[in-house]
Amino acid sequence: MSILVIAEVSGGKLRKATLNAVTFARQLAAARGDTVAIGVLGAGVGGAAAEAAAFGPVHVVDAPALATCTAGTWAGAVADLAGAVGANAVAATSSTFSRDLLPRVAARLGAGMVSEVVAVTPDGRFKRPMWAGNVVATVEVKTPKAVFTVRSTEFALADPAGAPGAVAAAAVTVADDGKAKVVSFAPTVSARPDLGEAKVVVSGGRGLKDKEGWKVLDPLADLFGAAVGATRAVVDAGIVPNDLQVGQTGKVVAPNLYFAVALSGAIQHIAGMKASKVIVAINKDEEAPIFSVADYGLVGDAFKVVPEMIEEIKRARAG
Amino acid sequence: MKILVTAKRVTDPDAKIRVKPDGTGIETVGLEYKLNPFCENAVEAAVGIVEKGGGEVVAVTIGNDDAVNNLRTALAMGAERGIHVKATDDQLDSDLAARLLAKVFEREKPDLFILGKQAVDGDSNQVGQLVAEYLGLPQACFASKIEVAPGKATVTREIDGGLETLELALPAVITADLRLNTPRLPTLPNVLKAKRKPIAAVTPAELGVDTALKVATVAYEAPPQRKGGMKVKTVAELVDKLKNEAKVL
Repeated sequence: MSILVIAEVSGGKLRKATLNAVTFARQLAAARGDTVAIGVLGAGVGGAAAEAAAFGPVHVVDAPALATCTAGTWAGAVADLAGAVGANAVAATSSTFSRDLLPRVAARLGAGMVSEVVAVTPDGRFKRPMWAGNVVATVEVKTPKAVFTVRSTEFALADPAGAPGAVAAAAVTVADDGKAKVVSFAPTVSARPDLGEAKVVVSGGRGLKDKEGWKVLDPLADLFGAAVGATRAVVDAGIVPNDLQVGQTGKVVAPNLYFAVALSGAIQHIAGMKASKVIVAINKDEEAPIFSVADYGLVGDAFKVVPEMIEEIKRARAG
Repeated sequence: MKILVTAKRVTDPDAKIRVKPDGTGIETVGLEYKLNPFCENAVEAAVGIVEKGGGEVVAVTIGNDDAVNNLRTALAMGAERGIHVKATDDQLDSDLAARLLAKVFEREKPDLFILGKQAVDGDSNQVGQLVAEYLGLPQACFASKIEVAPGKATVTREIDGGLETLELALPAVITADLRLNTPRLPTLPNVLKAKRKPIAAVTPAELGVDTALKVATVAYEAPPQRKGGMKVKTVAELVDKLKNEAKVL
């Protein structure tokens, strides 16, 4: 049997995050004696399929009805693809795309689904966070088929396979169910790297007050080529777009270096960043919970400390 | 318009959750329980739609007997009546919860079913999508804006990379994200009124649902703890540590 990884394609290109799920699938395949295949679905996805082939055999479903992602239509296509290739498991890296789509695929396949997998146990069970990451549960899938979303922070990007895989068009007919249609998309425009892929993340909280105050983070992010993240309060206040929210219900990140600036460290925020390698916290309130997870905490006013720190880092790098 | 909404009972979202030493669950002594924050957004959205355009909001919970208290919160926010599906969290997985809710939907035949996008205890983010698939309905998950018109709903969704707007034919399933609205605090008169609103109890057997689980939770453990808490006194010391100790500059 095979484990089918569902690729995420954006602008005709394979999203790098797909490769985290490939690593998970390889681990699971090794434990069960299965093989790994990659499903590339969409409209005009030939380029993405060719990219994916470096990591294993690829099954392509290229259909106009898949030009935009409506979960009802897509779920039928993914479930049919899983059937056509004899997959007993379907997996994707957790994202709003996979979280929207894969439960419907599970329902179609009669499969149990495990969300946000962080580890595969030697006896074939799965670990996943609950309660904003304050509990790690071990779960067992009771059905012959299974569906997974996996945490990108816990599975590294896959290396290319020894030899490129074959790219084959799958015998799947896609029909638009006609019940949902995308009428518009307003992209977040940013010159900064993607939160999930950045090596350094600079996050700010309510302590930065407003759009004007938020600007204190820009030179720091520039210095590291960092992604910018935010707490829920900042997004709620309309200071930054929604997809910069780090936390339990937003993005989960694990960069090499995470700056937490003027944010208190609510349980929900910490859930999204505590796997970061090095955490630096800057906050006026010495009792702020963020300090308990920070490797280096500095009590102080961000508006004063951050500019000073930038100058000091420049000097340290020069010296 | 008739709208069905979820009202799940969850542990206080801001409580510190601890695992029992034997790994069979979490310590519940002294824990408070609340209405799931995302369900609050769902209820607020539904009540808001009905206040504007007329109709009825029906709230449904699946839970133990105490879940009725959280269902009453939804009634105090403006839902007309409640449905209590009697099953405890340890008897459920996302799939069973969805099949139970699908049965309730079939009985109630609403135009819209609005659920919280996830429960802050299980954090699975599956139930709305599963319900939609079991019922063959269109879905819009992670909604930050809902507009209804005869026969359709236009929903803005918070997704990676931006905001997507979907048009759904009704009936449809929507899952609520936090920015959908600011849930109202029930007023005292409405809390009192909610005590007299009808709640119908029903069992999984009465709904004719097979209660076998597809995913079983077999153990709970605490996550690895970070050894944080180190404070530096000056910016110079911080940068020195970042350069020479953490080696991240």
